[in-house]
Amino acid sequence: MVENVSREIKQYIVVKLGNEQYGIDIQYVENIVRMQRITRVPKAQDYFKGVINLRGEIVPVMSLRLKFELEPDEFTGKTRILILKLEQQSLVGVIVDEVKEVVNLDDDSVEKSSYDANDEKSQYLAGIGKHNDNLISLLNISEIIVEKEKEKEA
Amino acid sequence: MDVSQYLEIFIDETKEHLQSLNEQILVLEREPENVDTINEIFRAAHSLKGMAGTMGYKRMQRLTHNMENVFSEIRNGKMKASAKLVDVLFKGLDALEQYLDVIINSGDEGTEDNEDIVKSLNDILNEGVGSTGEPAAPKAPAAPVAAAAAVQVSENGVKEIKLADHEKSAVAKAFSEKLNAYTLTVYIQESCILKAARAFLVFKALEELGTVIRSEPQVQEIEDEHFDFDFTVVLITESDAEAVKKRVENVFEIKNVCVEAISPETVEQTAAEESSAAPAAAQNAAAQKAGTAPAAAETAQPKTTSKPVVNRSVRVDIDKLDDLMNLVSELIIAKNGLVSINTADIEGLRESGFNEQIEYLERITTNLHQSVMKTRMVPIENVVSRFPRMIRDISKKLDKKMELYMSGEETELDRTVIDEIGDPLMHMLRNAADHGLESNQERIQAGKPEVGSIFLKAYQDGNNVVIEVRDDGKGIDVEKVKKKAVEKGTITAEQAAVMTEKEAIDLLFRPSFSTAEKISDLSGRGVGLDVVKSKIEALGGDVEAKTVLGAGTTFIVRLPLTLAIIQALMVELGNEKYAIPLGSIQTIEDVLLSDIKYVQTKEVIHLRGNVIPLIRLRSVLDVPEDDFSPESLTVVIVAKGDKLAGLVVDNLIGQQEIVIKSIGKYINDNKMIGGATILGDGEVALILDANAIV
Repeated sequence: MVENVSREIKQYIVVKLGNEQYGIDIQYVENIVRMQRITRVPKAQDYFKGVINLRGEIVPVMSLRLKFELEPDEFTGKTRILILKLEQQSLVGVIVDEVKEVVNLDDDSVEKSSYDANDEKSQYLAGIGKHNDNLISLLNISEIIVEKEKEKEA
Repeated sequence: MDVSQYLEIFIDETKEHLQSLNEQILVLEREPENVDTINEIFRAAHSLKGMAGTMGYKRMQRLTHNMENVFSEIRNGKMKASAKLVDVLFKGLDALEQYLDVIINSGDEGTEDNEDIVKSLNDILNEGVGSTGEPAAPKAPAAPVAAAAAVQVSENGVKEIKLADHEKSAVAKAFSEKLNAYTLTVYIQESCILKAARAFLVFKALEELGTVIRSEPQVQEIEDEHFDFDFTVVLITESDAEAVKKRVENVFEIKNVCVEAISPETVEQTAAEESSAAPAAAQNAAAQKAGTAPAAAETAQPKTTSKPVVNRSVRVDIDKLDDLMNLVSELIIAKNGLVSINTADIEGLRESGFNEQIEYLERITTNLHQSVMKTRMVPIENVVSRFPRMIRDISKKLDKKMELYMSGEETELDRTVIDEIGDPLMHMLRNAADHGLESNQERIQAGKPEVGSIFLKAYQDGNNVVIEVRDDGKGIDVEKVKKKAVEKGTITAEQAAVMTEKEAIDLLFRPSFSTAEKISDLSGRGVGLDVVKSKIEALGGDVEAKTVLGAGTTFIVRLPLTLAIIQALMVELGNEKYAIPLGSIQTIEDVLLSDIKYVQTKEVIHLRGNVIPLIRLRSVLDVPEDDFSPESLTVVIVAKGDKLAGLVVDNLIGQQEIVIKSIGKYINDNKMIGGATILGDGEVALILDANAIV
């Protein structure tokens, strides 16, 4: 599979939230850090847990669980913060239960998700990836993070 | 030759020269006989021409050249700086500025020829010179300077150097000692990357043979790579020309070496020439630098640079950089000190030494911070120096006599603030000139001097820089402002009746509010003061106006000295830490619970004659409740303008210098949080914006 150059192969970082596996396009991932002290920001969106200090940079951190309206996070030794970079000089962190592995997925093993305008959460998914009998929900990162603007307009 | 790498320098220097031209021509208008001014103008115009030529901007070069012709005639006393001429010159400068703008944006000078300006320049030139009976002046450029400037290249490729007196005597002495003197012009291959290094090798080779008494450009400039692909030196040596030539050609990447012997006659001859052209000698030093540029202009090919990325840069005094360097070396020493303490054997020594090193380190970081901030500081002169010209233009346009007096131009501000403050200031000055000052007749009737005055004053006040724009005009008619506001529906008639003068003046800063009855070109469209205010507030400053009817108006702009680092009071709420900028804090009070009074069910305290509302930060900031119920409250009294409020906090931690950082754009920006900072232990603390909470 890896040798096949004619197809587009993308790398995803596989993370776990509860029992589900999610894939995040590796090109957005700057860094993976352990859970650390988060400073709460008053009056922010409730899924934003606050800000952290990442080597002198202030990085806002959101909880994917809260964003997906799952059970609130329980921080364990496996909890990680993925530092994502969508645009120049604006990092954002997402909290996940566990970081599993990096997988290569080509176009064939990705099933585009059906787009349902009514279901807000379906927009968070870019597709479903199949990898060794496992199903991985591939996240549409920009949709998840930049959603703020839409909320503001509404 | 690829000149794109010099684009940035070119733009910087062109701006400087244009600015100095603007200033000097203003002076010239007032004192047409001032020789220093004329010389200064000539030099600036000349360098500008040379630089434009080097960069391949032919149109720009042509325009400057025509202006330079005029300057040179003025300088030679063949014509006078008439009002008409000054107007045309200013037009020329504006055109040059346009070229520069186009260059900044596209890297190319554009296609505007500015034929009309060139023509009027030449007309004036012919007229002015014709009247004194000199034929065809443009073709006779000012003799003394042109000689110094346009370097003559002799047939065998040696550039002529004019020797100063002491150099001549050195050459003469060499001849008396039977030594040879040569002028060498060394051409370096144009593909050479480290030309300064090659030049250095040449110098080294030459010094082995004899003594270099003169070089063109100067050694320092050559070392800094401030030269094109050739330089000329005067060498005194025992060896003959052939040996010298061979020696230099041995250096790698040298294209060509031209050697010419200096004969005893030339020394004497040039000496005679020099003395006849006495003023030129005085200018030689200054012209030297400019001198190489026009020569290069002829060889430079016009090259269109595809996409110039012009970075924002700050020119830093070399002393400031040296300071920084020193501090960094001290930092390294301090680090090494810590390392060695760590390996020390005796426990007690380790302890005391450690504290000592920490103190040392603290001293260094404080100094380092100051030094770095200093490198970012730029005198306000950079912005305000263009204002006299602007006031002159406005004065002509409105046919109102006025004078601008500036003081405190040396006051320094952060570069980012300097960049942003220009427009608001310009706006306020225009306002003062247009609305503030009365017409000349009105002034005479009111018994004021006919010429109106506008004052621009900058000074430092604690951690702020204050800029005042004052005029001695008619002042703001507060009643008129109120009437207008009622008409526009901004306020009701009842509100207007109870409004204080200050509140009424503040109406001027509301969006789309202008009291000018006549909309003019300059101002009165009502898109003025509110933009000024928002811009200044975006910089963390504020603006207020004071007025005395009939005597004038003052706008006072207050700006923070630096943006990035502030003094703050750290406070605790529950187990969260917040920073309150010290600038907005008035006092800190201990208030007994029993002293809290209620007005309309809101908590207030009565403090030294003021009734101050209390704000429970815990509830405003949704801090989780805990069973914390003290008998007295710690209240931080903050001020926003004249309004006071008391912020209730749990604990005071202390004063600290903090670095302001943004909390990122994805998180909802709520106005209360002005940013975040990182504390000593790596923890993040949020900065409260007192203005938004009050």
